[in-house]
Amino acid sequence: MIFGIPVREFIAFVLMGLGLIFLVGSAIGMLRLPDFYSRVHASGNSETLGTALVFLGLAVYNGFTDASFKIIVIFLFVFLGNPIGSHILSKAAYKTGHPVWTRKHADEVEEFEKQAGEEEN
Amino acid sequence: MMKDPFGGIILNIAFRMLVPFSVVYAVYVLLLGESSPGGGFQAGVVMGFGIVLARLILGEDSILFNIKAKNSLALAGFGTFIYALAGWLTLFGGGKFLDYSFLPFTAEHANELHALGILMIETGVTICVMMTILNIMDALVKRSEDDGSIE
Repeated sequence: MIFGIPVREFIAFVLMGLGLIFLVGSAIGMLRLPDFYSRVHASGNSETLGTALVFLGLAVYNGFTDASFKIIVIFLFVFLGNPIGSHILSKAAYKTGHPVWTRKHADEVEEFEKQAGEEEN
Repeated sequence: MMKDPFGGIILNIAFRMLVPFSVVYAVYVLLLGESSPGGGFQAGVVMGFGIVLARLILGEDSILFNIKAKNSLALAGFGTFIYALAGWLTLFGGGKFLDYSFLPFTAEHANELHALGILMIETGVTICVMMTILNIMDALVKRSEDDGSIE
């Protein structure tokens, strides 16, 4: 018993809380970061870690049941699929010549993204 | 056998191992849905994940997994139709809407009818969710007007 709750539930809460922190950080990064590559970085890395921690917390909370087996398999899918998705996106962006944001070339990147948006519409 | 079909070892392994496994696992989640966590929505999401990953890896021009927007919309409606059909069958059997004991099939126990009814509506929900996800993805990656989507 830690703080009046069972140890297993306490571990699960800690894992899920850490996962929530990473998920919130990923969402803030998606909104605040300047260009495509850094946004892919935000959604690829920290979202994978956050989702993985939440799933692990749920599995610990459930104990050894078939529900936690399913959660672990879904965890594996997310853990493999999310980085592969970011890899595909950034590879496609690099091949189409998307410029990388730096402080000096900020205007260039903005121009490119505006042009790409106009072409889409 | 092609040497380097999908552009890089990461994508090859992802396509050959992750996509089939996730689709088969979605069927497992669907079939076990009535007695444990899981069911239609989760199975649809996992299956949609597999197909979205395959579409991302293969690209727009591929023939495999290339479900056009109008087809995915129609199949989403078809999934909803299966759901409603389960309800109508119970109506035709003489019960209330989605009252599985009145399904017009022969079974030894009422439990089997319940399992059959739940499996029917979950199949419908799976198809609907999967096709809706594919439709959303089509709307996100759409380039021009005439890609087969319904305006």
